[in-house]
Amino acid sequence: MTHPILALNHINKSFGPIDVLHDISLTVRAGEVLCLLGDNGAGKSTLIKILSGVHIPTSGTIEMDGAPVSFQSPRDASGRGIATVHQFGGTFPLMSIGRSFFVGAEPTKGWGPFKIFDRKKANEIAIKSIRDFGITRIDDGERLVGGLSGGERQSLAIARAVYFGARVLILDEPTAALGIKQAAHVLRIVNQAKKKGLAVVFITHQVTHAMAVGDHFAVLIRGSIAADFKKGDKTREEITDLMAGGSAMAELEAEIESDAHHAHVA
Amino acid sequence: MAQFLRHPEAGTLFGLLVAYAAFAVLGGQNFVGAQGWSSWLNVAAEVGIIALPVGLLMIAGFLDISVGSVVPASSLTVALISNHYQLPIPVGIAGGLAVGLLIGFINGMLVTRTTVPSLIITIGTMFGTMGLALGLTVLIKGSTGVFLVADPLTKSILGEALGGMFRVGIFWWIGGIALFYYLLHVSPWGNGVFAMGGDAESARNAGISTKRLTVQLYMLSGVVSAFVGVIQIIANSNAQVAAGSSFIFNSIMCVAIGGVSLTGGAGSVIGIALGTTIFSVVTQGVFYSGLDTNLVSIVIGGMFLIAVLTNDSFRNFAQSFSSMAKK
Repeated sequence: MTHPILALNHINKSFGPIDVLHDISLTVRAGEVLCLLGDNGAGKSTLIKILSGVHIPTSGTIEMDGAPVSFQSPRDASGRGIATVHQFGGTFPLMSIGRSFFVGAEPTKGWGPFKIFDRKKANEIAIKSIRDFGITRIDDGERLVGGLSGGERQSLAIARAVYFGARVLILDEPTAALGIKQAAHVLRIVNQAKKKGLAVVFITHQVTHAMAVGDHFAVLIRGSIAADFKKGDKTREEITDLMAGGSAMAELEAEIESDAHHAHVA
Repeated sequence: MAQFLRHPEAGTLFGLLVAYAAFAVLGGQNFVGAQGWSSWLNVAAEVGIIALPVGLLMIAGFLDISVGSVVPASSLTVALISNHYQLPIPVGIAGGLAVGLLIGFINGMLVTRTTVPSLIITIGTMFGTMGLALGLTVLIKGSTGVFLVADPLTKSILGEALGGMFRVGIFWWIGGIALFYYLLHVSPWGNGVFAMGGDAESARNAGISTKRLTVQLYMLSGVVSAFVGVIQIIANSNAQVAAGSSFIFNSIMCVAIGGVSLTGGAGSVIGIALGTTIFSVVTQGVFYSGLDTNLVSIVIGGMFLIAVLTNDSFRNFAQSFSSMAKK
């Protein structure tokens, strides 16, 4: 049997007296999209920070390919192929596509201390990587990142992570700030990353987006996993209900209904 | 050409041509002749050398006010070591540059170890340095000014004026432009400067050691300001504690007029050099035109505001233009 790329076993995290995550166990497999659903404050961002090495869990273990690992810093995690793409893509609006693609890992030519940033090569690789994800509109690596649409920026960030050898892609609310068309575009790219054999952790609170690409779902409520199920096991309404805490949503519906009733009587 | 017009530097170049043409008419023969050129080039060289690292800092998202006191502190150090203590001039120069490196290091450490804005921190180090320089000079020498007569070789490298007009500082400035162009636009190091100014958090995530880069930039700014202090003492033969405060705002003016974004993330060395040129052409042009010298401040202040206001619109234009080009 093959080990999952990444596995969390009974992770707990507390900041001083406040428990943020309780007993989280999750597995992420190659070629699979794990959707992490949860309302604001459910602990999604803390979980991402544990996965990407920003926070160290209070207790519990992390395994990669079946072997225990511990991330002391974001660099540890990225060194092992875990790439995090944040909501706004982590790209630099006033830099050219080629330059921003290679921030921190610039290709150089020349010798000794007189290294030269190889702009031509950087632009070529950046453009090719983005085109591999089906964005054909972009053909000039000198263009500013700020000139790209939100979806294209996300795609650029994902293409960058893939180029630098990411095996696990953590996408933090990639579609939250996007319009419908742009979001669809990003979802298509997520699907392509999955087909390339990457493990994807897709964090979102938009159930529709999650259902479009997810293979596996985990719903996080107040720091615990409230549900863990596979594609097709639950309907959209059931998931939304779960995320909102079920009863809270039902109460709201009842309230609105009775308001409408009162209005009708008056 | 279209590519060039999308940059804020295009505006700076246009402004320079207009300013030069205006003062060529008003200032007449003297201004367009060798005398006029030397006078604005001399001004440009001194402020221009400091504007280069200050510009890099601004692109990276920081300010450095302390340059204004590093210049005289360095001059005084050179003079004290080589005049008062009678040590060789190279030792004095090394001492002056070390003062700049040290103050830059302190700035960098304070900026990276605290959350206090760099403007506030460098105001603090500026006053601290100024007070220390004044106190020590009075303590050692008993006065606020120190003299130093340099040997001919040192003078010819750092303080000579060719034909009695063009100071060698001009060549150091040109060399500085080439060096900083390499650092910012050609070397991979420069990419980190842009990235840090664009989004420090993302730059850190991408593996750039932002703290180290910040300290490097402040030390660069410190040592370059100290170098201008060295040039001043060698050229003028005397050092005053109060000298140098004009560099604080003048360097920021040059950088901003040159199209560097005040919030960081964008700018160019060519822009900084053009901004410096415009600044010095205007200050000297007004003088040659026989106009009221109060006009200098008004014109420079106005240009500064126009530059700051238009820099962002140029960038918005650049971004929207490139996304509209192919749809």
